[in-house]
Parts: sequence; C-alpha cells; structure tokens
Amino acid sequence: MSILVDENTRVVVQGITGNEGMFHTRQMVEYGTKVVAGVTPGKGGQSIDGIPVFNSVSEAVKNTKANASAIFVPPAFAGDAILEAAEAGISTIVCLTEGIPTLDMVVVRQYLKGTDAKLIGPNTPGIISPGKCKIGVMAGYIHKPGTIGIISRSGTLTYEVVDQLTKKGIGQSTCVGIGGDQIIGLNFVDLLAYFEKDPRTDAVIMIGEIGGTAEEEAAQFIERYVHKPVLAFIAGLTAPPGRRMGHAGAIIAGGKGTAKEKMEALSQAGVRVVRNPALVGEEIVPILTKR
Amino acid sequence: MKIHEYQAKEILKSYGVPVPKGGVAETPEEALKIAEGIGEKRIVVKAQIHAGGRGKGGGVKIVNHPKDAEKVTKEIIGMTLVTHQTGPSGRLVRKVLIEEGMEIQEELYLGVVIDRSKACPVIMASREGGVEIEKVAAESPEKIIKEWVEPSAGLRAFHANKIGYGLGLEPAQVGKMRNVIFGLYKAFCEKDCLLAEINPLVLTQGGEFMALDAKMNLDDNGLFRHKEIAALRDLNEEAPLEVEASKYNLNYIKLDGNVGCMVNGAGLAMATMDIIKVAGAEPANFLDVGGGATVEMVKNGFKILMSDPGVKVVFINIFGGILRCDTLAKGVTEAVREVKVNIPIVVRLEGTNVEEGRRILNESGLNFTVAIGMKDGAEKVVEALRRQ
Repeated sequence: MSILVDENTRVVVQGITGNEGMFHTRQMVEYGTKVVAGVTPGKGGQSIDGIPVFNSVSEAVKNTKANASAIFVPPAFAGDAILEAAEAGISTIVCLTEGIPTLDMVVVRQYLKGTDAKLIGPNTPGIISPGKCKIGVMAGYIHKPGTIGIISRSGTLTYEVVDQLTKKGIGQSTCVGIGGDQIIGLNFVDLLAYFEKDPRTDAVIMIGEIGGTAEEEAAQFIERYVHKPVLAFIAGLTAPPGRRMGHAGAIIAGGKGTAKEKMEALSQAGVRVVRNPALVGEEIVPILTKR
Repeated sequence: MKIHEYQAKEILKSYGVPVPKGGVAETPEEALKIAEGIGEKRIVVKAQIHAGGRGKGGGVKIVNHPKDAEKVTKEIIGMTLVTHQTGPSGRLVRKVLIEEGMEIQEELYLGVVIDRSKACPVIMASREGGVEIEKVAAESPEKIIKEWVEPSAGLRAFHANKIGYGLGLEPAQVGKMRNVIFGLYKAFCEKDCLLAEINPLVLTQGGEFMALDAKMNLDDNGLFRHKEIAALRDLNEEAPLEVEASKYNLNYIKLDGNVGCMVNGAGLAMATMDIIKVAGAEPANFLDVGGGATVEMVKNGFKILMSDPGVKVVFINIFGGILRCDTLAKGVTEAVREVKVNIPIVVRLEGTNVEEGRRILNESGLNFTVAIGMKDGAEKVVEALRRQ
C-alpha cells in the first residue's frame, strides 16, 4: 500500500500553463499519475495535452472530481493557491514552490487548521508512491515499489537515498518531501503516524537537517507511538551556526537546531542514526531482515 | 537578510518605538555635527557592523563632549573590530552611530521571532536584558515571558498586558510598554521579519522606555515586496565570494577547510560536507547549484569555488534527476577548460544519463577522477589530499 496518494488519486495542477507546470505535468502523466485538470485564472476553456484547464480550483473539482493538487505557482501567489485548493475541498495539496514569504505561510497554516486538507511542502520535490502516483518533480525511474516509507526535508539527498535502496532491490511504499522552509504543512510526526498505520510499510527512513525542532518532536513521538523500525540521517553536522544552508529552514539559530542535538534525541528514542549518508541503503538491510 | 542597528532603529522609530536621539556618521566631521545636535552631555559612539559583542571588542565608546565624539569616531572608523561573532579576522568598521547617552534604571529584553512548531510569531520579554536571550533561556527560562500571536486576530491589548504585568511592571509602565510591543510587532509583520529584537530595552531614570539597541533579520523570501528594505543590504558586511555567488542565484558559504565542494541541492550539499568530514578531511565551502542546475550555474559555481585559495582538491557531487548527467558533464568540462585548474578534481555523477555523463568526463582529456557513489568520492578526495 502507500500513504496519501495512490492509483486512485486525481490531480489538478495549479499553474499548468507555466513552463514548470507544463513540463512537470507531462512528466507526471508519463509516470502514470492521473492528472485530470489544470488551473490558470484567465485560461479556462483551454487544454494542455487534452487536460482541461479551468479558471479556478473549485471549478476543476466540480468538473473532474480532482482530490489532490500540485502547485507550480510563483512565490508571491503560492500562498493564495494553497488557500484556494483547501477552500475547494482538495484533500492533499502539494506545493512545490520555493521562496514563499514566511508570514504568508503563517496565515496559510492557520487557515488549514479549520479544514481537512493536508499540505505537503512548500519548497518540496513532492510525493511519490512508486508505480502508482507521482505528484512532484522527482525523477520517477529511480524509485521502485516496496515497503520502505521515506520522509525528508531535502530533494536531491532523498534521490540519493532512494537510489541506494533501489540499487539494493529495496522498494519504497511512499516517499514524501516535507519541504525545506521554516513553516511547512505535514511534518515528520504527522507522516510517521501515517506510515505506522500503513500495513504495507515495514520501516521508515527519516532524512532531517539542521534548523528547528521537528526531528526532536519526531523522536518524542517515535518513543511513544511508533513500533516500526525507524532509521535517520541528519544533514549538517559540519554546518556553521547562524548561516542559512540553502534551505530557508536550515539554520542553527541561537545555538539551537544543531545536527548533534537531533541525532542524540533520535538515538535516545531508539532510532538507528546513520552518520554516513552513503550508508543509509546498507544500514537498512539488517533492520529489514531482523523483522 | 541582516541590517545595521541604525537602520533597525530608524524603522522602529517610524513605528513609534522611542529610540535615543542621534544619527549615523561615516566621517569624524559628520559625527561632530550630529554630536553638536545632541549637546554637551553624555554621548555614545557605536561601531555599525553586522555582529554582536561590539562593546567588548572596543567598538562602543562613551564621551562627554561633541569634540570627543569626533575624536573617537576617528579611532573607530577604519578599525577592524573582532568580536565573538565576527570570527578571528574581524570586520572593518565603516560607519558609527552617534547617540545621546541614557540614564538607565533597568535593562529589559523584548523580541519577536517565528515559532516554527506553532507556525506563528511569538513575543518574548524578560527583565534580564542586555545579555543574550539564549543564555537566559538556557539558565533561567522562567524569567522569559512568551506570548504567541494568532495571525487572524492579531496582536491584542491583552497580550501586551500579560507581558507587562507578567514582568511585574507598574501600571503606568505597562501602558508605555504596550506602545513599544505594538510598534515592534507591527514592524515585524509589515516588514516581513524573521526576528525583531530590542536588547536592551531600557527603562530610563525618567521612567521612559527606550530602544538602546535593535536588531532585525528580514525574510529573504519577503524582500520582493519591500524594495526599501532590500536597498538596506550592505554588501560590505558579506564575504566577497558570497556576494559574487548571490549574483548568479547560487548558495555559497565559505568555510575553513581545503576540499572545495560543488553539489546540486541544499540537503545533498550539507551531506557532502558531512561525508568529507567522516572520511577525514574538511570542507572548504557549502555550494548548492540548485536541484535543477543548468550548465551556466555549474560553470559559475565552479569559478567561485576555485577563487578560494584554500581549496586543494575539488569534489563535485551531482545527482541528476530531471536534469541530465550528460548536460552536467558538459558544464563541468567547459568550466574546467575556462578556469585553469591544476588541482585534482573528483567527480561523482549519478542519475539520468549517467553513463553518457561519465563518458564525456573520461574522454575530455582533462584530469578528472571519476568516483562511483558518494563514499567512493569522499575517499578519493582524501586520497588526493594525501598525495599532495
């Protein structure tokens, strides 16, 4: 099985007529994702490769029963696009946009509390349930259907880990990029809960990084509620304090949010913490055979 | 983005937060003029750099006459100020803030930051002002009052009252404190800050609150809607190579090691630094050419990392997804041909069209060491260092 997205997921692409939106729509369709609609205000009535374009998400939902959204909208308007998707009743919203102002996300997160919508991202490569559905910009072919769940704050580092797994013949149930920003939608804790409940996920790999306390919160949650084995890598052991390491959220502020603290918290919660990013694939093998 | 104390104070003043009388000077003559406007009383001269700990480093002087303000300005401007935040090389002082000295009754702390877990701004206040708030938080967290502000209702009088009375202030002081809290919070929101801090917020002998020092960190993602804030960026405060990198939308951070790294994606770039360390060497930099790097970005990134004289070996670690490895290999070979390189370059390519990418590298006639996998790459880097 998988979490959040599968072969029945019906996707609307917000910003489908832009360069990025159009390119990745084609990539998603090629992978087998059911892209049923696109939205670009003012371009309703057009179609992209036979996919109908609407002026609003609610129109798209009404006409195509879309239940998930992929957002390829510039940063200034992306917060708005998330709100529109939630208001239209979309249940899984994947926001790929990088560079949304933090205070816009404060408002978005508050609005989402009153809805059933689940937000993935922003600033994420997206989510993929291998062989079933890909909503995002990751290269589909490196993945393989299987039983490992992956939760990550990073893009290419996730590809690295997925590649290590696939080359060992170990497949993935669902891989979720939660995003590199300070304020994001679903976090480690939320996704650990989904994977714990998913009967086809045997183990979870967490890829964290410096900044914030999401990994520490995950450690507390794992200790109490997660029975499946969890393996973690935390990037940024060598990152200097006070500097933003590429991702808006990757910063050690006031001495807090170091990789060392996160690794210690996770180790104490019984998580297998891997220090060498090249060995994640290798280290998952004994965990799987032990079960 | 960071701004100077004098810039933060100008912003806060426009939001009704009381700040000491004064102004910024780039020459002793300007300093004298501002000091004369303050008069023959206590005058403070403060070096303006983007780092804390200026007082201990000798960048803050107190004088009693405008003429003396001119004299100490002559000493401070042009000095290289070393504080615990500047690193051993220090920072050249180009500007000073000339301010009226205050008769201080008490030093407090007031700040607003984003609480990432709760996804909203949090106001923090303490009577333990003038020291780093992280230190107070670690040693006596009960001395910090926190109020979270839900964005739709916004900041309300009750928040300010809870803070004021929570700090044990007199009713008359709570009213004045409320104005400072509202001004600071409004500035935080309207300017898209990630941090806005008054430390210390002083209570003067006259019973007034005054922002004696101020710090603001702006959200880079919000700058597009604040042209006036973007204009406050001081390139002198940033490392020259980092400024150069930012022109090409590259994320480059200089470190102290000797292995130059070029990676696509921030997480993989950090992991690459980490694996270099695990293998027994030290990274010279963080360089993220972007998850979807182009040939042009790879070229520019390579030139920037090669400008660091400390680099003895280069490690290029690329995971091509949508972006194809052959495209990247072309970028790397072009860059190496343009920049004359006489140090070893270890390249690890993985992902789409990897075979073609490796073939381009091998047939380029250039001296690349092609690595298979990250671990192999890091080990080859250490080996190359040893041979030197």
